[in-house]
Amino acid sequence: MRGTRFLTSVVAPAIALLIAFVLAGFALLLVDINPLDAYREMWNFGITPESLISAVNRAVPLFVSALAVAIGFKMGLFNIGVEGAYLLAALLAAYVGALYSIPAVLHVASILIVGMVVGAIWNGLAGWLKVRRGVHEVISTIMLNFIAFNLSAYLFIEHLKAETGGLTTATDLIPATGWIPSLNPILVGLGMEPRAGSELHGFLVIAIVLGVGYHLLVNRSRFGYDLRASGINPAAAHASGVNPKRMVISTMLISGSVAGLVGMSELLGFQHQYVQDFPVGYGFNGIAVALLGRNNPVGMAFGALLFGFMNRAALILDLRGVPREIVTIIQGLVVLTVVIVYEIISRYVTRRTVAAAARAAAMLEEETAAA
Amino acid sequence: MAQEAAIHLSGVTKRYPGVVANRDVELKVMPGEVHAVVGENGAGKSTLMKIIYGMVQPDSGTIEVDGRAVHFRSPREAIEAGIGMVHQHFMLADNFSVLENVILGSEPKSGVRIDFDTAATQITDLGKRYGLPLDPGEKVERLSVGERQRVEIIKVLYRGARILILDEPTAVLVPQEVSELFDSIRDLKRQGVTIIFISHKLDEVLEIADTITVMRGGRTVGTTTPAQVDARELAEMMIGSELPSPETRESTVQDRVLLEVSGLSLANDVGRALLKDVSFKVHAGEIVGIAGIEGNGQAQLVDALIGLEENATGRIVLAGDDLVDNEARDRRAAGMGLIPEDRQRQGLLLPSPLWENAALGHQYRRPFARGIWMDRREGRRQTEEIVRRFRVKTPTVDVPATALSGGNQQKLVVGREITAEPLVLIAAQPTRGIDVGAQAAVWEELKRARAAGLGILLLSADLEELIGLSDTIHVLFKGEFVARLDPAQVTPEDLGTYMTGAAKQVAV
Repeated sequence: MRGTRFLTSVVAPAIALLIAFVLAGFALLLVDINPLDAYREMWNFGITPESLISAVNRAVPLFVSALAVAIGFKMGLFNIGVEGAYLLAALLAAYVGALYSIPAVLHVASILIVGMVVGAIWNGLAGWLKVRRGVHEVISTIMLNFIAFNLSAYLFIEHLKAETGGLTTATDLIPATGWIPSLNPILVGLGMEPRAGSELHGFLVIAIVLGVGYHLLVNRSRFGYDLRASGINPAAAHASGVNPKRMVISTMLISGSVAGLVGMSELLGFQHQYVQDFPVGYGFNGIAVALLGRNNPVGMAFGALLFGFMNRAALILDLRGVPREIVTIIQGLVVLTVVIVYEIISRYVTRRTVAAAARAAAMLEEETAAA
Repeated sequence: MAQEAAIHLSGVTKRYPGVVANRDVELKVMPGEVHAVVGENGAGKSTLMKIIYGMVQPDSGTIEVDGRAVHFRSPREAIEAGIGMVHQHFMLADNFSVLENVILGSEPKSGVRIDFDTAATQITDLGKRYGLPLDPGEKVERLSVGERQRVEIIKVLYRGARILILDEPTAVLVPQEVSELFDSIRDLKRQGVTIIFISHKLDEVLEIADTITVMRGGRTVGTTTPAQVDARELAEMMIGSELPSPETRESTVQDRVLLEVSGLSLANDVGRALLKDVSFKVHAGEIVGIAGIEGNGQAQLVDALIGLEENATGRIVLAGDDLVDNEARDRRAAGMGLIPEDRQRQGLLLPSPLWENAALGHQYRRPFARGIWMDRREGRRQTEEIVRRFRVKTPTVDVPATALSGGNQQKLVVGREITAEPLVLIAAQPTRGIDVGAQAAVWEELKRARAAGLGILLLSADLEELIGLSDTIHVLFKGEFVARLDPAQVTPEDLGTYMTGAAKQVAV
């Protein structure tokens, strides 16, 4: 079907974005702010080089989080537990990573693996509960989030924070062998001159690899076929020989191990230690980005960049006396309108496809009759 | 003066995207007659009935009821005009009583209370008048299929219907229940009720109808009476050519046992037996038929064999290996194939492209997979092969399965299972809901596979299909095999007797 992809992948999100900004404009008008001025301010601030670097840095964890959520979505599992998994994973990986120093690549890899294992165990618990006790994963992952928040707070304050009294409460600093270098040299090579303090985190490369890996796993591998079949029609997947319980467990393990990497960009690229105000919310916002990108890796990348851009651009609103919560409202509206507009367009596309197939079948019929 | 027609449709046309479901339909139903509308699946009967019942609005043409032009916008308006419909799939709340089901949506009120007593009396009266005996207080879940149908008919009469549309009413009934239904229909007719009887079972139509209208390809191709035609002529009107038959008489049964099931039992969570000590053999080149009224353990038998029931006990020996503890994928790999009874529920990924549907159940091996990856190119090629060999009508193998008609979806499912060359194929309702042409194609393929040495376990509600194709027939009743019959000698009536549990062979 020519044009179908263009309709669903470009036209639908563009329309949705437009609608969302118009609706948010009305919200701004209600508080006596000219939406066009506000949007112009955001745009002008958002496209400065520092803002763009910051937007990408913000987009990377969102993208990884969206990947984790999307793996679950693909088989109809709603993993709400990415939030808890990545916080717990970041804390434990930060603690473990600070205990030793080995050559750089190995050190980074070992820290990432600790994060993945913690995330996998944490989300795997929800899978185990579903398989063994029939607990719906939405319930268990939400509850496990609360446990993770409090468990990590307890472990951090009571056991894992550094003893040496500094100004900030944090775990020990990870030795430099465990850091992921920034990509600024590449930016310089491209003729850009990032200002001091503005660094493009190196985890971006790993995120891109994860995105490609997601595509291969979901769309090209046998496992991905079973995963998608289970999501589209569980009864048919079961009859085709997919073991539904094993599928739930492996999906939650994979989703959790990706979730365990959500905080790594921040941890290994910037903080180098787990700090008390380690950024939260990537897990929940990842759900929105996965919806926005409709579980498609490229779509989710764009969604994450859009959210990153908007979050960064929102900073200017404070200075102009505009409530920056308006950006959160726009983000919510974008997700809603994308879901609705996509549904409308995909119904239209399905109708068209069915009609075309019916016509083609009728033509075949006539040919057969004539022959 | 000529009598006014109860229903008169003229020039009715209904288009759907890409297809014309009804074209210039002419239908004249006289008051107090039983008027049969026959045609193969996809001939436009359902659309026509939906138009009469107000569920669908025609693009053009006129509809008259009792001589007055009508334009129904919803079934409610049709009901007000005295038209009632009994759907093929019952729409009853199982845990409600007969009474509650009948009055649901049109409850008689006294003040704010529902007047159950009046309603109960009315139902009993209706039952007596039309020969539809029912106990208003009985829960629907305890009723047989035939009794449920009576509830549906009473429900429609209770709403004041004088024109009754019965959509494939015999599809779910055993022969004995069919004759009871026909008695009721004759009673209804005597009382002046007009009946439109939708069917594709010609002997039944010839038995009960006063007038017959035949549909083909969305058009009404003629109107006749049972006195003027026989089944053969009617069939030829229906399909425009000669009727295929499931008949296979030359035996291809070999000595080699492919599948030996013994002592297969299954209980549900509360310990009720769903399968009791089921034992049978399938030889190479043999079709073993399983007869039974739906809900007597067929679904459980299939699930237990294919590996979807973990709690099944007994022995399932396929080519010498006991598979009872193996899971579904291992059983597939060992040579078990499945045509599921409900292709859309268990056999297809509707939004996915055809080639991914062709891979379903075979996604772990060549040509669909290579190592841990799906082999998209070989998978497509294999699917194109299936499409060609089994004449699946589709523009490409990349269209979603949902775009295909039911018959073509089924041909794809049958094709993918047969081309995978299993040792034993479990075929559950392989021709349900598909048109005569596709049905003949499926029968042909099953026969060919049988001749090539495939063992087939055939579960079917179509007794003619079962008798025509099978080499041996077992009857399943309440989870047990109650009879083993020779299809060469058995009649549908005999089968019905065993299927209802009215008789049981001592030694099976």
